[in-house]
Amino acid sequence: MKLNKSLLFYGIGLLILFIFPLFTESQYYLHIGILILYSALVSQAWNILSGYAGQFSFGHAMFFGTGAYISSIFFMKYNLTPWLGMFAGALVAIVIALFIGFLSFRYKLRGAYFSLGTLAFAEILRIVVQNSSYFNKTLGVNLPIGDNPLMFQFASRTSYYYVILIMLVIVTLITLWISRSRLGFSLIAIRENEDAAQSLGVNTFRAKMTAIAISGGLTAIGGAFYAQYILYIAPPTTFGNDVSVSIILPAILGGMGTILGPIIGALIIIPLGEITAHFFGGFAGVHLMVYGLILVLVILFLPEGIVGWVQEKLRLRKMKKEGES
Amino acid sequence: MTAELFFQSLIDGILMGGIYGLVAIGLTLIFGVMKIINFAQGALLMLGMYVSYWCFALFGISPYISLPLSAVILFFIGMLIQRGVLQRMSGAPDHNQLLVTLGITLFIENLALVVFKPDFRSINLEGIPNTISILNLNIHTTKLIAFVFTIVLAIALFYFLKKTYIGKAIRATSINSGGAALVGVNIKKINYIAFGIGAALAGIAGALISPFFYTSPTVGSSFILTAFVVVVLGGLGNFLGALVGGVLIGVTESLGGAILPGSLKELVPYVIFILVLMLKPNGLFGGKVR
Repeated sequence: MKLNKSLLFYGIGLLILFIFPLFTESQYYLHIGILILYSALVSQAWNILSGYAGQFSFGHAMFFGTGAYISSIFFMKYNLTPWLGMFAGALVAIVIALFIGFLSFRYKLRGAYFSLGTLAFAEILRIVVQNSSYFNKTLGVNLPIGDNPLMFQFASRTSYYYVILIMLVIVTLITLWISRSRLGFSLIAIRENEDAAQSLGVNTFRAKMTAIAISGGLTAIGGAFYAQYILYIAPPTTFGNDVSVSIILPAILGGMGTILGPIIGALIIIPLGEITAHFFGGFAGVHLMVYGLILVLVILFLPEGIVGWVQEKLRLRKMKKEGES
Repeated sequence: MTAELFFQSLIDGILMGGIYGLVAIGLTLIFGVMKIINFAQGALLMLGMYVSYWCFALFGISPYISLPLSAVILFFIGMLIQRGVLQRMSGAPDHNQLLVTLGITLFIENLALVVFKPDFRSINLEGIPNTISILNLNIHTTKLIAFVFTIVLAIALFYFLKKTYIGKAIRATSINSGGAALVGVNIKKINYIAFGIGAALAGIAGALISPFFYTSPTVGSSFILTAFVVVVLGGLGNFLGALVGGVLIGVTESLGGAILPGSLKELVPYVIFILVLMLKPNGLFGGKVR
């Protein structure tokens, strides 16, 4: 019964997302929809490592930027279609993730040290890309506008919308699968108490390595989509700290360590950013001010995020009901 | 590398390192007492720079004169942050504290962007020569002044913590806040003051930097990560460590700049950071607020 209910809930949500383009002709609303879906995707990817495993990465921009750059550079230099370039980017990101994971977890970087370490790694990649002529230095990459779907170029925004929606569904299913697998339970155990998890026979090193590899690879896929959609990338807009923050924010607001958290968070944060940008268009930075404020308020008053808070309420209500009957 | 270039880089590095140390001392004080890694320290430094800039641009007051104003304003902003936000966070997980101070940073930086625009502003002090030459080496005058200030400030802070009641209470809180509370220290008040002092130090650093570094809304982020490196290198909570760490980073960065092409010298602090995190996470000196 309970399973049916939640299936119905997910089904309706998915249906709304799928038929949304049928109800609007507005390119602007479609654009907002695409932004929501892709930021839900990267935040979900972050969620696997940071929400479930509790390893707080402040540097996910490094995976995002890797995906964006590899797919774009391979496209421009070798004419490799981004459909494959995306996976090349993910592969490179996985290698980077495993390298960083190995160094961090082998040397037991925990808590804030891990966060600061990932931040430093992201900065290192930004500086390297910025200084390498292979990556066009600070100029970035301008991608050509075209309409060849085989080259990931679409004439209409509706196509981009469905591509990113299907990608988000796949990433969400992966996360769902992880959360219900042995790996997921290991990750949650690590988050709650790493030493206890290890003493109970969880191979914490291997679990964390798997989590960072999956998380990094999927984030790179999101980065590749971003590059092919926006058609321009530069070191600060792909590797910068602001990128890491915008990857983190939806999951924090929606609820870390929950499947729906990043999606709900993105559904709120992107329109909110657009609304503030609309009303304060003359002032660059207002939406980031709002993001900063949200970050502070959520951590202070809603540390479990919206989904976490609702779950807690539902649990309390159920307990009360059971107590009454 | 010629000997001359080497010594020139060394001097530049030491002077710049003193400034890193100054930024790091505020961070280390806040960490030592409240166990909070304050991301917002860079944003506070930026505010300090703007106080200096506007005092200079509007009234022609030199940053060295308006420095106390920077310190006082930032002291109160720091107390406000501690009182309004961080006090409620005691006992929260590490990453939540980082996130909150990151949120505060985003807010302050972008507020500055909205109010002051992204322009890079600079202060040109007349009457002070740009550089002085000793033994064929050029020494940046304003950097030298900042360095001397830093040393004086570090000594003053040291005596403040050693000799005054508040200073002793701060140290007691950093070592054992429960015990300090038992003997009648008002922990909340001490936390306000300690955070205020930490923020004031960022303000002073900003004032001292303003004559030779462009003032802009995002200037803090170019210092904050280096300051973290310095703090971790010096051992969280250790003043002398922060100064020595600052000079070490300044010198390696400066020598790196003489060897490495392009802006690759920016890599130096991060690489050192990661090495220190992995090999010596307690820093070269380790310890409490001393």
